[in-house]
Amino acid sequence: MSYPTNLQYTKEHEWVLVDGQTASVGITDFAQQQLGDVVYVDLPEVGATVEAGRNFGTIESVKAVSDLYAPVTGTVIEVNTALKDSPQDLNQRPHDAWMIKVSLVDGGAMVELMDAAAYAEVAK
Amino acid sequence: MTDTTATLKQTPLHACHVALGARMVPFGGWHMPVEYSGIIAEHMAVRTAAGLFDVSHMGEVEIAGPGALDAVQHITSNDASKLAIGQIQYSALTTPEGTFVDDLLVYRMGPSHFLLVINAGNIDKDVAWIQQRAAEAVPGVAVVNSSDRYALMALQGPRAEAILHTLTAIDLPAIRYYWFAHGEIAGVRGTVSRTGYTGEDGFEIMVPSAQGPRVWDALMAAGDAHGLKAAGLGARDTLRLEASMRLYGNDMDETRTVVEAGLGWIVGWKKPAFLGHDVLYAQKAAGTAQVLVGFEMIDRAIARHGHLVVADGVQVGVVTSGTQTPFVNKAIGMAYVPQALAAVGTPLTIDIRGRQARAVVVPMPFYKRAKSA
Repeated sequence: MSYPTNLQYTKEHEWVLVDGQTASVGITDFAQQQLGDVVYVDLPEVGATVEAGRNFGTIESVKAVSDLYAPVTGTVIEVNTALKDSPQDLNQRPHDAWMIKVSLVDGGAMVELMDAAAYAEVAK
Repeated sequence: MTDTTATLKQTPLHACHVALGARMVPFGGWHMPVEYSGIIAEHMAVRTAAGLFDVSHMGEVEIAGPGALDAVQHITSNDASKLAIGQIQYSALTTPEGTFVDDLLVYRMGPSHFLLVINAGNIDKDVAWIQQRAAEAVPGVAVVNSSDRYALMALQGPRAEAILHTLTAIDLPAIRYYWFAHGEIAGVRGTVSRTGYTGEDGFEIMVPSAQGPRVWDALMAAGDAHGLKAAGLGARDTLRLEASMRLYGNDMDETRTVVEAGLGWIVGWKKPAFLGHDVLYAQKAAGTAQVLVGFEMIDRAIARHGHLVVADGVQVGVVTSGTQTPFVNKAIGMAYVPQALAAVGTPLTIDIRGRQARAVVVPMPFYKRAKSA
């Protein structure tokens, strides 16, 4: 699997797309493969605060529940509500199916992010 | 995933799974396929076409010789005297308290020869238990652990009979539900039973271990035109839950009685004493404090094994199985609840990782296949 170079990655197998003051967050192809068929995603509501390294939701596959960890700190400005009815988007196009968009806090903490090449080494 | 893979046992079909690219996980001391093409796809294949499962990790114990029937009658809850040769029954291996040492299938191979199919994770415990308890009823009765002798495959789904038919001369339509026959399958001598753990029609096929891969490969090839998929433990779990079949270690164990688990139908109420007889009879008459019910989530959430059923902030019950099922496409599960909350339609509250989610008691099974013509 090749990982898009415009994204940055966490060791928790999430990706971040930073565009100005906004960061989109999703899970990686490696993560979705490990999870198997995703059937449910529990995401925060618009206006909620997320904090880097802290839990912001859960993702459930048929077999298991996993916590989602925020890679960045800020306020949730958009939630991908389409995932409620089609959580399988996270399996089928993981690097397009963002979960939340966060308005970044100036100087807010971020977890350590990797580029695509570094992440590809982790996700082996 | 695990660094103890080397110590895990492998079934005779292990190489077949690896060749198919299965995702392998540790399960009950075994290195087993959890999925091949994906749990949902495999689940749907079993409901609409067919799936092939490796269940060779299950154990087999044979009880044979003079007194075999008496020994089986003593250690299991169901009435094995009702079994004709060639017939199978679902039963429980019970403690004197009426709880489950295991659940099992009892095959009557001959007048005085029974084969018990037991859960993989319980083989050592069950064999020790059976040897001790069978001898207490019938001193000297032969109890043999033949778990390593067989490869066991489950071919399940509406296309199962058509697929198997291409590989055997056994008269499959003549095998009724919970009966078996012997014969050759893909040129290998074995036993075919109309049983399964999916809620679909289908067969379980037992052959000598060494010939297992040959039969597996022949079934996969024969099933290709019928939409057969190899299916792993993941789909096995969602299928059995949709069909409301209990899972040992989840829905029943040594703390729950056969009556509590809602399995009074596997107690031979007319048979003389057996282990657990007194407790089960008393519970049948007086009822139990808790009982296993099926539920469906109302709120969008999935209840899982171990989540608590609460009322007014206090625990009143526990979820034993729960998942989002692919075919019924609902979040369902089973839970032990007080009798007062057991009626169909009763609202339940389940604590899902700190969130109170609403559910409702529904009839089981959650899924029942249409009767074939």
